[in-house]
Amino acid sequence: MPRVALFIPCFVDQLSPQVGIDMVQVLRRIGCETYFPSEQTCCGQPAFNSGFWDEARPVAERFVRVFENAEAVVCPSGSCTTMVRNFYRDLLADSPLREVAAALAGRVFEFSEYLVKIAGVEDVGAEFPHRVTLHESCHALRELHIQSEPRKLLSRVRGLELVELPHSEECCGFGGAFAVKFGMISAAMGDAKAANVDSTQAEYVTAVDPSCLLHLEGILRHGKHRARTIHLASILACESSREKGAAL
Amino acid sequence: MRGTAAQEFLRQSVEKTADLEHRRIIRWNIDNYDTAVNRGKSRFADWQAARDRCQQVKREALARLDDYLLQFEKQVVARGGKVFWASNSEEARNYVTELAVARGVKRIVKSKSMVTEEIHLSPALEKAGIEVWETDLGEYIVQLRNEPPYHIVTPAMHLTRLQIAELFRAKLPDVTADDHQSLVAAARRALRKAFFSSEMGISGANFIVADAGMIAISTNEGNGRLCTSVPRIHVAVTGIEKVVPRLQDLAVLWPVLATAGTGQPITTYSTLIGGPRQPGEADGPEEFHVVLVDNGRSQLLADPEQREVLHCIRCGACLNACPVFRHVGGHSYGTTYQGPIGSVLTPHLRGQDFNHLSFASSLCGACAEVCPVRISLHHHLLENRRNAVRTAGQPWKEGMGFKLWSWAMRSASRYRVLTGLARRAARILYSMGYEGSWIDPAAAWTAYRAAPAIPRQSFRQWWESQDGKR
Repeated sequence: MPRVALFIPCFVDQLSPQVGIDMVQVLRRIGCETYFPSEQTCCGQPAFNSGFWDEARPVAERFVRVFENAEAVVCPSGSCTTMVRNFYRDLLADSPLREVAAALAGRVFEFSEYLVKIAGVEDVGAEFPHRVTLHESCHALRELHIQSEPRKLLSRVRGLELVELPHSEECCGFGGAFAVKFGMISAAMGDAKAANVDSTQAEYVTAVDPSCLLHLEGILRHGKHRARTIHLASILACESSREKGAAL
Repeated sequence: MRGTAAQEFLRQSVEKTADLEHRRIIRWNIDNYDTAVNRGKSRFADWQAARDRCQQVKREALARLDDYLLQFEKQVVARGGKVFWASNSEEARNYVTELAVARGVKRIVKSKSMVTEEIHLSPALEKAGIEVWETDLGEYIVQLRNEPPYHIVTPAMHLTRLQIAELFRAKLPDVTADDHQSLVAAARRALRKAFFSSEMGISGANFIVADAGMIAISTNEGNGRLCTSVPRIHVAVTGIEKVVPRLQDLAVLWPVLATAGTGQPITTYSTLIGGPRQPGEADGPEEFHVVLVDNGRSQLLADPEQREVLHCIRCGACLNACPVFRHVGGHSYGTTYQGPIGSVLTPHLRGQDFNHLSFASSLCGACAEVCPVRISLHHHLLENRRNAVRTAGQPWKEGMGFKLWSWAMRSASRYRVLTGLARRAARILYSMGYEGSWIDPAAAWTAYRAAPAIPRQSFRQWWESQDGKR
């Protein structure tokens, strides 16, 4: 049985814990043994993206030490996975942990990527009888090249009708501190995304990044749009026989 | 963020993102661009391989930039041309202005050149009493409106035909109708007079070809050829990074530039110029000058991390791909080069007053994905942010905040206590209806979005509550 370390990003831990819980359920269902290294905090991305590399570095080094012995690390966020896999290279270029970080980078996987590419599973026995559209999260798409994985998983969900989102590859406007520093640009980008979601008449918009969804959910509710957001893990966690609360 | 450039950017962004008609026009134009470019890319047997090749050529050129430029200069001089090396905008401006004054130039026609915008050439010439005519149709339109170009390739992208018709009726003598052809004809009649009464033509150069000793110009309207061949004097102003080693490199660069820029297989006119009129030739200018502008470029060349920014061939693809550009529009940037390339480049050209542009990005990476010479634009934005914090500093509140954050995140127990408190405070605040009010610390978030439902339990609390029970 593969042993999987759970990398639960700080904002998922605090604001979207259900995404983490649902990921655990799915991983267990396909036969993984999961464990949560309780020493983990944050990967360092907020400071790194804001230019505060000196503040981000010790946090990243700490992350590397916490996970260095894990065989496989799975994370329900494309962006946080990107931080460890792609950006630690730059951030920890002069760190004594540079080599350890580089080795760890190859063992950290985004959730859908882990299921399809590593575990080789596409059908996780989920049922979700709803009309769903997929937003492509930027870091997952352009940094990790994850595109077919969520589609493969969604195509095997019973009852789910997947409708194509126009301009699905266009950023939703989240972008971390950008969403706060340049709120009006971020919100305008979110509005454009929401209009595209409306055009699909989907009940739910899903993605592999809870940060996009946190922003988008706020935009959709603020603008009184009909669709709601749901993380891919939460769709996959809905088991065939009994339908769990979808909107959690 | 500091200084007035940053404040102005914020002010304009607020205005432009709220302007739905502006957003509609830009979206319409860029959708058309996308369709044309996708068709254009499909004409290539392997677009990705073409990008690789362009990247290689530019890398090779930058590795021996000095040699290639000297090789170019030698041949231009041998044909009777002049090459002036300008280390900054002022030197470049002065050279052209003094030349024009010395030759008694009264009127100048210009073909499209972003470097002349960068060095603010036209205002200097006008100050010297010289009339300057932009002859690229888009440039001509924004000149008539007293506006800078909106976009490095499509200067009048923000205007509709009807707005242009209104402008022409106000500024030109004989506008007969509002249809495209009549409008173009009206501009053409005005510009023809300028072409044949100017003593000097100014152009840019899309490439400087080292082995041939020539500049290469890509244009679509024919104005470039008129500017460079009809007036007595031709001055080409260009950046030193435009050099490529060999004439044969254009075999890939020309079509790639045209495809990434507009979706065309190649621009309508592809011109090579190596000097003034030679003995026995029927036409061409009597004088040919090339102004090679550095203006911060050699500093960028010395920076191994960001050197590749000099690969840029100014196709505009990153602007069109950028969701921020699509919403704030070209003028909000307040820079010669807009969009991602402008945000990366401008702090190098104009200093730290333009650091804020590197923060005005969601780092989505769409720019790097479309860049035909594979510049990692969004990664350079991250580096610029780091450099900005190191050299210029950030507001003290943010600096303190991240120091505190870093301290908190280095201990799981500190993390747990502090996040627990924050979550509890947010639950209380939002349950009392203070969401989005002035005491809401997340007001910058909730001003535009409904606040998230704050969960009672964190993931780790859930984990501990069920651990071992699975």
